[in-house]
Amino acid sequence: MISQLAVQGAQMLVVLLLAPLLIGFVRKVKARLVRRQGPSVIQPYRDLVRLMRKEVVLADNASWLFRVTPYLIFAATWVAAALVPTFATGLEFSWTADLIVIVALLGSARFFQALAGMDVGTSFGGIGASREVMIASLAEPAMLLIVFSLALVAGATQLSTVAAFMGSPEVGLRVSLGMSLIALVMVAIAENARIPVDNPATHLELTMVHEAMILEYSGRHLAMIELATFLKLLLYMSLIACVFLPWGLYGASAGPKALAVGAAAYLCKLAVLAIVLAVFETAVAKMRVFRVPDFLGAALMLALLGTLLLFVSRSL
Amino acid sequence: MNSTVALLLCGPAAFLASAIMAAAASRLAAATRLVYGATLAISAVLLVTAASHLAGNLGEASATLPLGLPWTGARFRLDGLSAFFLVVVNFGGTITSLYGLGYGRHESQPHRVLPFYPAFLAGMNLVVLANDAFSFLLSWEFMSLASWALVMAHHRDEANRRAGYIYLVMASFGTMALLLAFGLLAGPAGTYAFDAMRTAHPDRFAAGAVLVLMLLGAGSKAGLVPLHAWLPLAHPAAPSHVSALMSGIMTKVAIYGFIRVVFDLLGEPAWWSGVAVLLIGGVTAVLGILHALMEKDLKRLLAYSTIENIGVIFASLGLALAFKANAMPSAAALAFTAALFHVLNHSFFKSLLFFGAGAVLSATGERDMEKLGGLIHRLPVTSFVFLIGCVSISALPPFNGFASEWLVFQAILRSPELPQWGLKVIVPAVGGMLALSAALAAACFVKTFGITFLGRARSAAVERAHEVDRWSLAAMAVLAAFCLLAGILPGFVIDSLSTVTLPLVGERMPVQMAQPWLSIVPIAESRSSYNGLLVLVFITVSASLAAFFIHRFASHALRRGIAWGCGFPDAVPAAQYTAVSFAQPIRRVFGGFAFRSRETVDMPAPGALEPARLKVEMHDVAWEVFYQPITGAIDFATERLNHLQFLTIRRYLTLVFLYLVILLLVLALWP
Repeated sequence: MISQLAVQGAQMLVVLLLAPLLIGFVRKVKARLVRRQGPSVIQPYRDLVRLMRKEVVLADNASWLFRVTPYLIFAATWVAAALVPTFATGLEFSWTADLIVIVALLGSARFFQALAGMDVGTSFGGIGASREVMIASLAEPAMLLIVFSLALVAGATQLSTVAAFMGSPEVGLRVSLGMSLIALVMVAIAENARIPVDNPATHLELTMVHEAMILEYSGRHLAMIELATFLKLLLYMSLIACVFLPWGLYGASAGPKALAVGAAAYLCKLAVLAIVLAVFETAVAKMRVFRVPDFLGAALMLALLGTLLLFVSRSL
Repeated sequence: MNSTVALLLCGPAAFLASAIMAAAASRLAAATRLVYGATLAISAVLLVTAASHLAGNLGEASATLPLGLPWTGARFRLDGLSAFFLVVVNFGGTITSLYGLGYGRHESQPHRVLPFYPAFLAGMNLVVLANDAFSFLLSWEFMSLASWALVMAHHRDEANRRAGYIYLVMASFGTMALLLAFGLLAGPAGTYAFDAMRTAHPDRFAAGAVLVLMLLGAGSKAGLVPLHAWLPLAHPAAPSHVSALMSGIMTKVAIYGFIRVVFDLLGEPAWWSGVAVLLIGGVTAVLGILHALMEKDLKRLLAYSTIENIGVIFASLGLALAFKANAMPSAAALAFTAALFHVLNHSFFKSLLFFGAGAVLSATGERDMEKLGGLIHRLPVTSFVFLIGCVSISALPPFNGFASEWLVFQAILRSPELPQWGLKVIVPAVGGMLALSAALAAACFVKTFGITFLGRARSAAVERAHEVDRWSLAAMAVLAAFCLLAGILPGFVIDSLSTVTLPLVGERMPVQMAQPWLSIVPIAESRSSYNGLLVLVFITVSASLAAFFIHRFASHALRRGIAWGCGFPDAVPAAQYTAVSFAQPIRRVFGGFAFRSRETVDMPAPGALEPARLKVEMHDVAWEVFYQPITGAIDFATERLNHLQFLTIRRYLTLVFLYLVILLLVLALWP
């Protein structure tokens, strides 16, 4: 029991500490790909510390909701990220929430973020919030349909069970899983506001979605929101890793040696996914906002097709 | 006669007595307090009685009163299903009366509301208790007429008169469908008692016809697409607390009628009935929430969102029917429990939201969201509870809306075991529609809360607004607390529903309160589980940890400044995002097929001084395809028949004679 709790606690700390590093790594790889030196991989930590030390500049008419939201977003994202298996499955509290709950927790974070964007009453907040909910209104159903596909293959929505099943030899090659993987990657790109859906580095107001919503934030509030954004990227990468790259994933009670192997495997998977993301982002251009529905509509259709195939035959 | 049923029947009688008292005394100053106090007490007693019956699992009880038709009498019966719906109705009645104690004082014409309000509550109670077709239909009509009178409370407004007219037409249409359905169920022997209908099994054709008629009759009252068009007109026209009753509770009475006939009286369902109900439910959910997104009138938005929730409930009921038809009772119990849980949840958060809309209305005099904004500063308590309502209805954890939607999704995941191809294709599609409607609901309520309560004030009325009275705040706070409680203790609700599901689908969900840590496990823990309480604890703990850390280590400095506007300070509040502009991206994505929307931009030539104009054209397809031809036909027919009023006596005699001849011919030729 105690050791199980320790593993769960370790997982919560690991995701929190690793998330900025992951972002730093992605940024470094992107910089190297365009032959820039780029900032050090630990720059995101420095940014966070710097933000914490700065004063908060609050708009005159910002309400209590604006000040509470960063903590809510951070808490919801952190809880969701801590519930996705990273280096071990079957954690102590994994039965608290299944995959549907994790998706919904991210939905809660987004709900409050969009509200905070509208709190000050500037056009930037409004444009960001309204585009964010448009993207979410397509990405969320796609994500739920992906969950359906996974649940139908593995017979469970419990992420630990799904991961264990995906690691077992009875999975085989399935069309529906391929479709789910593609759809999941597309949704992950949209949810994390990466290129081609949104540009995390843009500061041209009319092209941004996520950045427009948080434009009014500063200081410690911004630090919380940034950290939540980092955590979200880590969450989606962990999710893809544990479902589609389930190698080296052991149960939480497997002993320290197995856990060490799991941790090493997890780091390798993250590095691979980060490099893939960086290469992809460097290679494609951002699309217009109103092309995004087509992009996500394709993800939605792929996920629906995958689910339909599984309804037709459990072996597809 | 059973004492519980007798007590429950005394309730409607007491309601009617207070209605008469209200009619007599409605011009007194104290009448408002008196009437709402009386209904509060009566509903509370009925609520406790019904809840203890449900929780105590006390089985069935019935009573016959020597009223109504001389050879049948009026039969009433209390079983698990009616006990559950009595809880829903009377919880709504109690909390609405509490709200009415404060809100009713703003009513300019109390004598148009007070007598009908208790009558409306009496009607809803009687529908749920009725045990024969005659008393069911009578109570149903009584309920409809009382609510119609409430819709017409402010009849000087042209729009309200139109809403009342359309409501009346649709209510009569619905009752006609119900009448035909009961006629088919009664069979040639004309047995109007539900007990006799339950044992008689109609043939396949009759059963199908009854299902269609129930979808028309109960569905039009509940607001199923395409019969929904009256609902967003009529529900908002009534005073806000009555809107809450109509949207939160009366639609549930309609669902009760559907469940009573289709799950109880009709016997074993056919599998395709599941397909029909699922499909209608899914389409209703998506179209309802899309309409809500396009709306800028706060109360009409809430009415449209009711349509969405009704769709979710019907989709879940359709799933239960499909499972029941295929002898999968445990899956049917899951889907059925999910539907009933959502019925309860929707009655909580929709009442809360309508109360909030009423509070906004009484504080500012505005229903149009584009004239509101920034109310979070003026109405702090109202905005907080309204926010809880918005989070709950958007199906976000750990609140109650999520718990029931989660159960619906779990039920969908049981459906690959269904054998029929029709169901195999429809169920994932409907699952996708429900997921889409949940995501759109979140978008819709971001808009609702964001435009109404956040941002800067868009009119002077907002700057003069003050927090509403304590009665209203208490009612909203209680509902908000229930939204949270039902979300973190869903196991308790699920276990209480076992007495309802067991007789109707032949199985119950596994006992949930015995699960460790109060989590809910619909099938098996390795398969899926959810613990709202722990999710709440985790979020609270991690948010407090973060806040503590920040407080301890980060800078405390805070400065107020003007918002960043790209170097254009002090833009007028009208330049903020509005309800319509917020929904524009979604309109561009979905508007083409859902509303046949078209945008035309009128751009003046360079150098010209006239303003550019953007015109958006949207159509309610159901209105144009179904309502307009029907009303057109009725108008045409009445226009023609009108001539019959002005004939001479000879012509009338000729007509009567011709009619007799035709009747005799028909009789002579009848096989």
